[in-house]
Amino acid sequence: MDMNQYLTMFIDESNDHLQSLNENMLQLENNPDDLGIVQVIFRSAHTLKGMAATMGFEDLASLTHQMENVLDLVRNEKLTMQDYIFDTLFKSLDALESMVQDITSGGDGKSDVSSIVAALQSIVRGENPAQQAQTGEGQGADQGSASQPGITLDEFQYSVLEQSISEGHKVLYIQVTLREDCQLKAVRAYMVFEALERSGEIVKTHPDVQDIEQGEFDRVFSLYYITQREAADIESQILGVSEIETAQVVSLDHETLQQMVQQAAAALETVKPEAQQPAAAASAPSAPESKSTPAAAKEAKAPARSGGANPSRTIRVDIERLDVLMNLFSELLIDRVRLEQLASEAQNQELTDTVEHMSRVSSDLQNIVLKLRMVPVDTVFNRFPRMVRDLAKTLDKKIDLIITGADTELDRTVIDEIGDPLVHLLRNSADHGIEPVADRIAAGKPETGTVHLRAFHSGNNVFIEIEDDGRGIYREKILQNALKKGVVTESEAESMSDEEVHQLLFAPGFSTAEKISDVSGRGVGLDVVKSKIVSLGGNVTIYSTPGKGTNFSVQLPLTLSIIAAMLIKMGSEKYAIPLSSIVETAVIKRGHVKNVHGSRMVHFRDSMIPIISLSKVFEVPDFDDEQEEETEIVVIRKGDRLAALAIDDFIGQSEIVIKNLGKYLPAIQGISGATILGDGQVALIIDANAFIK
Amino acid sequence: MGEEIKVIVFKLGTEEYGIEVDKVQTIERMMPITRVPKTYAFVKGVINLRGVVIPVIDLRGRFGLAEVEPTDQTRIIIVAVSDMQVGFIVDSASDVIDLNTDDIDSPPEVVGGIKAKYLRGVARVGEERLLVMLNLSEVLNKSEIIQLEGLED
Repeated sequence: MDMNQYLTMFIDESNDHLQSLNENMLQLENNPDDLGIVQVIFRSAHTLKGMAATMGFEDLASLTHQMENVLDLVRNEKLTMQDYIFDTLFKSLDALESMVQDITSGGDGKSDVSSIVAALQSIVRGENPAQQAQTGEGQGADQGSASQPGITLDEFQYSVLEQSISEGHKVLYIQVTLREDCQLKAVRAYMVFEALERSGEIVKTHPDVQDIEQGEFDRVFSLYYITQREAADIESQILGVSEIETAQVVSLDHETLQQMVQQAAAALETVKPEAQQPAAAASAPSAPESKSTPAAAKEAKAPARSGGANPSRTIRVDIERLDVLMNLFSELLIDRVRLEQLASEAQNQELTDTVEHMSRVSSDLQNIVLKLRMVPVDTVFNRFPRMVRDLAKTLDKKIDLIITGADTELDRTVIDEIGDPLVHLLRNSADHGIEPVADRIAAGKPETGTVHLRAFHSGNNVFIEIEDDGRGIYREKILQNALKKGVVTESEAESMSDEEVHQLLFAPGFSTAEKISDVSGRGVGLDVVKSKIVSLGGNVTIYSTPGKGTNFSVQLPLTLSIIAAMLIKMGSEKYAIPLSSIVETAVIKRGHVKNVHGSRMVHFRDSMIPIISLSKVFEVPDFDDEQEEETEIVVIRKGDRLAALAIDDFIGQSEIVIKNLGKYLPAIQGISGATILGDGQVALIIDANAFIK
Repeated sequence: MGEEIKVIVFKLGTEEYGIEVDKVQTIERMMPITRVPKTYAFVKGVINLRGVVIPVIDLRGRFGLAEVEPTDQTRIIIVAVSDMQVGFIVDSASDVIDLNTDDIDSPPEVVGGIKAKYLRGVARVGEERLLVMLNLSEVLNKSEIIQLEGLED
């Protein structure tokens, strides 16, 4: 069978499951007794195993199978989680991840997992040899028929039922008993299902659909059913099938549903300690997840589709299509601006009205198109807890990573690029920031260090902060090092502000770590971090208090493709300045420009800021601000520093689509790109950051 | 036997030059060009070609010939070479002709002031006409430009 069409789906879903495995394992490590988490982990592992086996990735399947065995023991309280078990399981996850990666890059996902498998097996044997035979059957146990009454529902099924009741559908609990002399149990059961599916959806059966269809049940089976029809109708319909003794149909509302579920759970509790059917718990929750039982899977999903039960339903879209959509929309935006211009020239009321309406619609459309490309930073953040855990173990430190604002959204392009810089900053915090336990106690701090990872919106920017409560940055240390490496001279060093000293950390070839460690401190990195972030149109600022901790604050633009900008004129030329870097605009008298130490400064809100003649920098042929009595200025900001750009005139504010200048031209200082104006002309976009050193 | 190729013919001064048709995207009339500051002198700026921003270079300037004011004959030839789109300002673009690659001879050292490395060869068309074939990837080679600029500074 051609599996290619399923491969991408398999990879996507495997990654999701691996991610959830990682997350839940971390949670479990904090609450080793929470069996609920074990259940979730078990289900993920089980699904992964099923998918891998279906796709023919045997190593993947066999490793997950062994993990499942261990988890099964834990789940049934035959094994308590301990450190070495966690470590082995984490190792298995790593191996799984690398196999999936191999598959992603076109490999066959084969890998030597025998040592990990052996480790897992020894956990199974060592802890509970008596149970080995039983768990060895693994999946086989899942299929075992359980005979206790009641149906256990997983959260998803429960919420489907709840929702259906809320939406006015009838939720029925049906118990069907076949006649004692029934010859073809499976066939009768099948006929009942068929009859039911004609007028509703079966959510969950007990025993599993698979078992029922194979006749592996006693005379009784029960199910949850969603329909529009009356209970009595359904009852008579079931009784219409031959060889049915009784059909008990109970209509459920919120309360009775809850009761039923609780009863079922209680029944399960009483069965478990007897340990006769440890698999009973497994069969119920894991069946709908299993891809090898298409019938069950279909039933679980169908009501969700028809009832609209799941609020955040998603589809996966190829990122390239979104890029095309974005490009097409950009074209539209340019035409819109052009139309607005034409309409205002034509002075035709009807035309103006139509264009205005179109403008409104297209700005709504723009919001949606931009949102489509937005991805929560969680997709980057989610691997950090695991990374910090491993780092803490390697460095023998105690570190808590606290993530806030993981739902903050950023443009897909930014998300793709920001991972590595953040990894580096986190490693930096864990390695250089947080002190070893002994030092922390000596300094009177709690022995566990805390690293906060925060993301939040502010204006047109998203900020990501990495703040630790570690040893902080000592000015002297940096300066000593900088002097030694010849990055600064002694006289420069004295006059530098703390902020400037901190920025030295980002200088190429600079590292303050006294000893080079595995984790960070090779002197490459922070400068790479900085240049990466700058290339994304962002910026990094460091705030630090010696002895108290350090905060790396990364500022990023919300999107890379459409921005709000101020259009300005320089003689006959037009330029765009991104609004995000503009503080304000003003008009100043020539006499107010002072010469200070050879550079021209201007008084602005109680401080002196440098004024830069844009006409000189860009060699504008037909404008020179020196000739003017009064000069328009745009005050721009980079971090805490301000500067004024002297310009000819303001045109106005506009949404612009960022285009690059083409591959032929080299990078131009002060120009970050180009945009197409409403009249079809190209205007260059000024990179305000380049004017502030 | 060489292969038959189609060649766009354009003029700089009195010389005729050729570029293979499959490297040429379109030929445009002169249009407004936005000046780009602080770049090579022969880069005239950027144009908006149906929503794409494309840098335009003056081919005369590129070859160190005297630049002239545009006329109604002036054209911008948009070429695409190895993912780069660039516009060439030329005096006029007149013709498309068929050429056999066998008819292209290796170029003499200097043709009309242009160094041989920018040329692919000289093709004889008919009795009288000589067509100078451009070596586009050399014309657009940036590392060489950087050297050039370095010498001028």
